[in-house]
Amino acid sequence: MNFSGLFHSFGPLTITGLAQGAIIALFALGYTLVYGVLRLINFAHSEVFMVGTFAALYTWGFFGLDQNSPTPSLGAVIGYMLIGLAAAIVVSGITALLVEFVAYRPLRRRNAPPLAFLITAIGASLAISSTVGVFTHQNIKGVPPLIRPATVVHLGNWAITNLQILIIGLALVLMFALDRFINYTRLGRGIRAVAQNPDSAALMGVNKGRVISLVFLIGGLMAGIAAVMYVLKIGDTKFDSGFNLGIEAFTAAVLGGIGNLRGALLGGLLLGVVENYVAGLFGTQWHTVGAFVILIAILMFRPTGLLGESLGRARA
Amino acid sequence: MRQGLVRVLGGAAILALLAGAAACNSKSNSTTGSSNKNCGYKIAYFGALTGSSANLGVNIEQGAELAVDQYNDKNGANCITIQKFDSQGSPDVAPGLARSLVTDKKIIGVVGPPFSGESEAADPIFSDAGIPLITPSATRPSLSTHGWKVFHRAVANDDAQGPAAAAYIQNVLKATKVFVADDQSAYGAGLADVVKSKLGSAVVDTDKTAADGKQTDFSATVQKIVASGATAFFYGGYYQNAGLLRKQLTAAGWKGVQVGGDGVNDPGFAKAAGNDAAAGSVVTCPCAPASKASGTFVSDYKTKWNTDAGTYSDVAFDAMNIFLKGIDAGNTTPDKMNTYINSVNYSGVANTYKFTSTGELDSSLIKVWAFKFDASGAVVPDQEAPKS
Repeated sequence: MNFSGLFHSFGPLTITGLAQGAIIALFALGYTLVYGVLRLINFAHSEVFMVGTFAALYTWGFFGLDQNSPTPSLGAVIGYMLIGLAAAIVVSGITALLVEFVAYRPLRRRNAPPLAFLITAIGASLAISSTVGVFTHQNIKGVPPLIRPATVVHLGNWAITNLQILIIGLALVLMFALDRFINYTRLGRGIRAVAQNPDSAALMGVNKGRVISLVFLIGGLMAGIAAVMYVLKIGDTKFDSGFNLGIEAFTAAVLGGIGNLRGALLGGLLLGVVENYVAGLFGTQWHTVGAFVILIAILMFRPTGLLGESLGRARA
Repeated sequence: MRQGLVRVLGGAAILALLAGAAACNSKSNSTTGSSNKNCGYKIAYFGALTGSSANLGVNIEQGAELAVDQYNDKNGANCITIQKFDSQGSPDVAPGLARSLVTDKKIIGVVGPPFSGESEAADPIFSDAGIPLITPSATRPSLSTHGWKVFHRAVANDDAQGPAAAAYIQNVLKATKVFVADDQSAYGAGLADVVKSKLGSAVVDTDKTAADGKQTDFSATVQKIVASGATAFFYGGYYQNAGLLRKQLTAAGWKGVQVGGDGVNDPGFAKAAGNDAAAGSVVTCPCAPASKASGTFVSDYKTKWNTDAGTYSDVAFDAMNIFLKGIDAGNTTPDKMNTYINSVNYSGVANTYKFTSTGELDSSLIKVWAFKFDASGAVVPDQEAPKS
């Protein structure tokens, strides 16, 4: 157990953990929203994320950027970022809607048992990732260096880079915006109504099908943004890069309270930081073990997750 | 209506059966009746053709196949066939695949397995079946200690490569603080352990990563390296993980040199890291540069495969030629072939080959080189490691 190493690197491990956690939190939103409304674990969400990473990369490739290009000027970077975000958001959103339309809606129409949804979700996930794997020859694809990491703030040996501030800031802003959307708009009220009781919501005039599609779309949008942040941070993507991160995101959603938006944020940030601490303490090969031990420990004392409430719980 | 359909399908099935039988007949006729040569045998390639470390396997398979093609040009088309088995470089896939290989009685030898992990898993099966193998690249020293009579290694092992890497770090890079990590594979962990023991107190910290292709975010390891103050970083593993690490280290502002073993000796490292980050990285290899291969190998390879020969392509070419020479000399059963290889003294394009009683390459024939990645992402020879 490397206590001195952990103590020495506490600051940097926390910051990098928060940045990774922010990406996980955005990714976890898709899982938590869909579960809150449909009681369905959308395993295909990891592929929605992965497809977003490739969309951004191919869009930048269309403009002639690849991993060996020089970093463009600030104005160009902002332009490319917006274009990349737009591409990832659109492709991820469309993929999420497609999955809902092709995989889940027919099952809902036929009142299929929950097991059918589960198998279909896993099948959709494998189908999409394998297809992308075939087209990319299972190779990794490098990311253009749009953002050269530069230290912005220095607190002792805590070096906070521009990229980390961007990722954490973006995640917080988006969570705040989504929270307001769910709690203060008409559409958000519809989502909460369907989460609470789909049939009563339908009786009250809420279009159930449209709300479900909206939930998938929002999850896809968030995954698209997480995808762009991910490629900028990690620098590479691969056909199966959604899979591992997807498990962590789903874990974060459960940790924070499945169906709870703020829980997804808290769970994501917490998971990112805890994994880093465990890696610093025991060695990187233990970080997954440590994270899941913490998850089980927390669930033993708070089975509904840290923040507990679900999407449908009525709030004034 | 149904009866009509059944008749059509039945007719098609009978036609297919007849066509297949005719094809089978014509094939066997050509091999037995073509010439006095020993034809109709197969040498297998067993190793990665897909997967995250595929390039290393493909280089070897292509070198071996070039040798088979040149042999068939002289001795009749399809005289000897190379049968490919794709293990994806994985020790999980290897045993089942090896079992299916040994059931094919026409296969009298194996070029491969190229990776140490899959060698540990598959070689016992080859040994039990008595199929001789020549590996052009599996470098884990313990492979020759299991008493497998069929095992032959055409290159030096990590007991030669490890000290060469450590000596390079200490004498050429002059690094006093070194960080060592590996991917927990049979090859990576073994090589890293040898390097660690040779570097001694110069090692400031260590870490382990997940297996190649299983991890993309290395921020915890990167953080450890930066915090340790190391100026050199040795990674025991394959090129994809090594490339991702190098990219993330550069992004974190680390300015030291990354050193790897022969598993990193591939342009795939620069593809994963980006040319800028990869430039200056060093890799060792118990192989001489492929451009130094004698004869027309380099141009023949380029003509056939439309790409430059990769790491160990030349050694695989030589390994396959040892098998082919064995077949020429009438050793057409696995047992006779194994005896032949045990006493062979063969001058190939990359090296001369003589094997010890445990299957290792004769120590006077060992070569270890250091290579560097240049600014365009290509691997260029740096210097030969002095014989210790």
